[in-house]
Amino acid sequence: MIFKLAVRNIFRNTRRSLTTLSTIAIGAAAVLVFGAYVTYIKLGVETSAVQRTGHFQIFRNGYFDFGTGNPAAWGIGDYQTVLTLVRDDPVLQPMTAVVTPIQNLAGIAGNFDDDTSKTFFGVGFVPSSRDKMKRWNEYGTGSQGLQHSGMTDDNPNSGIVGIGLARILGLCESLHLDNCPPAPKPIEATPTGPALASNIAALAANDKPADAAASDGEPTIDLLAATAGGAPNVVSLKIVHVESQPFKELDDNYVGMNLSLAQQLVYGRGEHEVTGIVLQLKRSEDVPMARARLATLIDEHKLDLEVRDFTELTPEYNQIIGLFGSIFSFISVIIGIVVLFTVTNAMGMSVVERTDEIGTTRAIGVRRAGIRRQFLVEGALLGLIGATVGVALAYVAADAVNGAGITWIPPGAPAPVPLRLYMAGAWALIAGTWLGLVVTATIAAFVPAHRAARMKVVDALRHV
Amino acid sequence: MSELAQGPVVELHSVSKTYKIGAVEVAALKHVSFVIPRQRFSMIIGPSGSGKTTLLNLIGCIDAPSEGSISIAGQDVGALDDNAISDFRAQNVGFIFQNFSLIPVLTAYENIEYPLLLLGMAAKERHARAAAILEAVGLADRARQRPNQLSGGQRQRVAIARALVKEPAFVLADEPTANLDSHTGAAIIELMRHMQQKYATTFVFSTHDPQLMSHADETFSIRDGKLVDHVSRGDAP
Repeated sequence: MIFKLAVRNIFRNTRRSLTTLSTIAIGAAAVLVFGAYVTYIKLGVETSAVQRTGHFQIFRNGYFDFGTGNPAAWGIGDYQTVLTLVRDDPVLQPMTAVVTPIQNLAGIAGNFDDDTSKTFFGVGFVPSSRDKMKRWNEYGTGSQGLQHSGMTDDNPNSGIVGIGLARILGLCESLHLDNCPPAPKPIEATPTGPALASNIAALAANDKPADAAASDGEPTIDLLAATAGGAPNVVSLKIVHVESQPFKELDDNYVGMNLSLAQQLVYGRGEHEVTGIVLQLKRSEDVPMARARLATLIDEHKLDLEVRDFTELTPEYNQIIGLFGSIFSFISVIIGIVVLFTVTNAMGMSVVERTDEIGTTRAIGVRRAGIRRQFLVEGALLGLIGATVGVALAYVAADAVNGAGITWIPPGAPAPVPLRLYMAGAWALIAGTWLGLVVTATIAAFVPAHRAARMKVVDALRHV
Repeated sequence: MSELAQGPVVELHSVSKTYKIGAVEVAALKHVSFVIPRQRFSMIIGPSGSGKTTLLNLIGCIDAPSEGSISIAGQDVGALDDNAISDFRAQNVGFIFQNFSLIPVLTAYENIEYPLLLLGMAAKERHARAAAILEAVGLADRARQRPNQLSGGQRQRVAIARALVKEPAFVLADEPTANLDSHTGAAIIELMRHMQQKYATTFVFSTHDPQLMSHADETFSIRDGKLVDHVSRGDAP
C-alpha cells in the first residue's frame, strides 16, 4: 500500500511532479554525460601516455629520481638478459604487446648549415617497436590515421625532431614545414651560437664514421653528447620526420633516433647499455598483475632495477584526471544541491496540501513512523523515476554524439581523434549517479516527512 | 470484534481540556465525567463551540486531556505512548468525519481496505470484509471509483464502511451530516443506525441538529464545555 500511495501521490499533482522529475532527470543526464566525457578524457590521456611511454618502464634503481641529468651513468648493463627475461616470462607474455629498450640522452644539436645549435633531449628507440606502440588503441580514442615516423630499424641514422627544435635550428624550409617561420636575425649576434655550431661541425667532421649515411638531400643535424666516459661524441642525424610534441618545452628539445645511434652517441665504442626497457600491455586492466609479476622477477633475479608505470612517467596524467575529476565533483555537487532543494520544495508543498489526509491516516491508526516512511518513499520514488529517466536521456545523448562522427585534435596530438562519450560499460558512473540522486531525493524528503510525522492529529484534521 | 472488557466502552473522569491561544487560556471542556454504554447509538449534542468536537477528539484518542482521565474498554489511554495509542486507535476506534476525509488517491474499495492493512490482516480476509461492507453500504458497484467520482452521500457511505470494516470497539462520527443535504443526511443517519445494529457496535456522534436526537439511544448535551444533560432511551444491552 505504501508504494501504491507513493506512486499515486506523485502523479496527483502532475505538473509539479513533472517539473521535479524533469529537474532530477536533466540533472542525472548532465552528470552522466559530463562523467562520460571525463571518462573519455581519462582514457584519451591514458591512450596518449601509453602510446608514448608504454604501461611500464624498467630503469636502473634510482634513475627515475636522479639519473635523467646523466643518463649515460645509469644504463642497464646486459640489458638483453633483462629483455629476454621479460619477453619470455610465461606470466607476462600473454599480456604484453611490446617489450623494447630505449636510451635517453641529452646533448647539443647543431645545424651547421645555418650556424645554429640547441640543447636537446633525445630518445633512442627501435622504430618498429615505437610504431607498434603508437598503434595501441584499447579504448578507440587514439588518433585516426596515425602518421608513421618514417624511420626503419635498418636505417640507424634517420631520426625525428620536434617542430619547435626544427624551427630553432632553421630547418623549416628544408623540411617543408607549414606555419614554421624562419628565425628573425638577432639585433646583435651572440658569438657563442655560431661558434658552437662550427665547433660541433668540426667535431662531426672528425668523428663521423666512414659509413655514415649521406644526407640524400634530407636535412641533417649533428648531435653532440658526452659519452659514459666523459668524452665528447658526435653523430649525424638525418631528419625524416617532424613530430609535434605535447608541450612546448619538449617540442623545442625533442630528438628521436634509432636506438643504435643513441647508444653509439652515449657509449661510443664501449659496451652498449640502455636507460630503460619499455613494456606496453595489450590491456590496461592487466597493469596491477603485470606490475606484481615484474616486481617478483626483479626480486627473484636480484636485479638492481625499478619499475615505473605510465601515471608516474606522465605527471600530467594525474593532473588532468584530477582537474576533470574536481570539475565533475563540482558539477555533481551543484546538481545534487539543485535536486535536493527541488525535491524538498515539492515534498514540502505535498505535505501542506495533504495535511488533512495526514490527520486522517494518523486517526485511523498510522504511526508517526508510518507517515515519515510514506513521504520518504515518495521522495525516493521521485529520485528513482527521475534518475532512471536521466540515465535513458544520457544514453540517447551519448548515442547522438558518438554517432555524429565529431573529431577534434587534442593538445599535442598529431591527428584528429573521435569525440566519444563513454556511457556503455561505465557502470560505476551510472550506478553512482543513479544511486546518488535517489539518496539525495530521499534525504531531501526527510525534513518534510519529519514535519508531517510530527503533526498533531487534531491540528492536521482541522487544516483547511 | 475487538476483545474489550465488559462494561462501558468509554469512561470519562473529570476531564478538562484547555487550549492556549497566545497568552490566553481557553477552557474547551470543564471537568466532564460520563460513561458511554456499549452497543448504543450515542449522540453528543450542543451548539457550535460547546466542546463537542473536543470531546470526540479526546474519546477518539487523537487528543489528550489537560486534566482527568479517560478509560476505553477499561484501558486508561493516558498511560499509552504515541505508538501504543496509534495501535489502539487502529484496533478499537473507527472515525467518520464531516468532510468524509477519504484518501483521494485510493478507490472506495482501497479506502475501506486500508484500516485492515494496518491491522496486518491476511489478503483473503481483507478482501472478504471490504467487499461485504461495500455491499452493506450499497456501493458494491462503486468499488473502483475514487472519492472525486462519488457524490457526497456516497463518500460518507464509504467513510462509514471504512470505520466499521475493522469491527472496532466504537465508531466516532463528528457531525457526519454537516456537509450533506437534509435528505442525504437523514439517509446517512439511517444507515449508521442500521450498521450499528447490524454490527452490534457502539456509535458516538456529535451534531448540533436537534432533529437527529430522535435516533439516539443516549444523548449527552454539552454547553460551554460542561455536560448539562444526559438522556437515555430504551435499555442498554
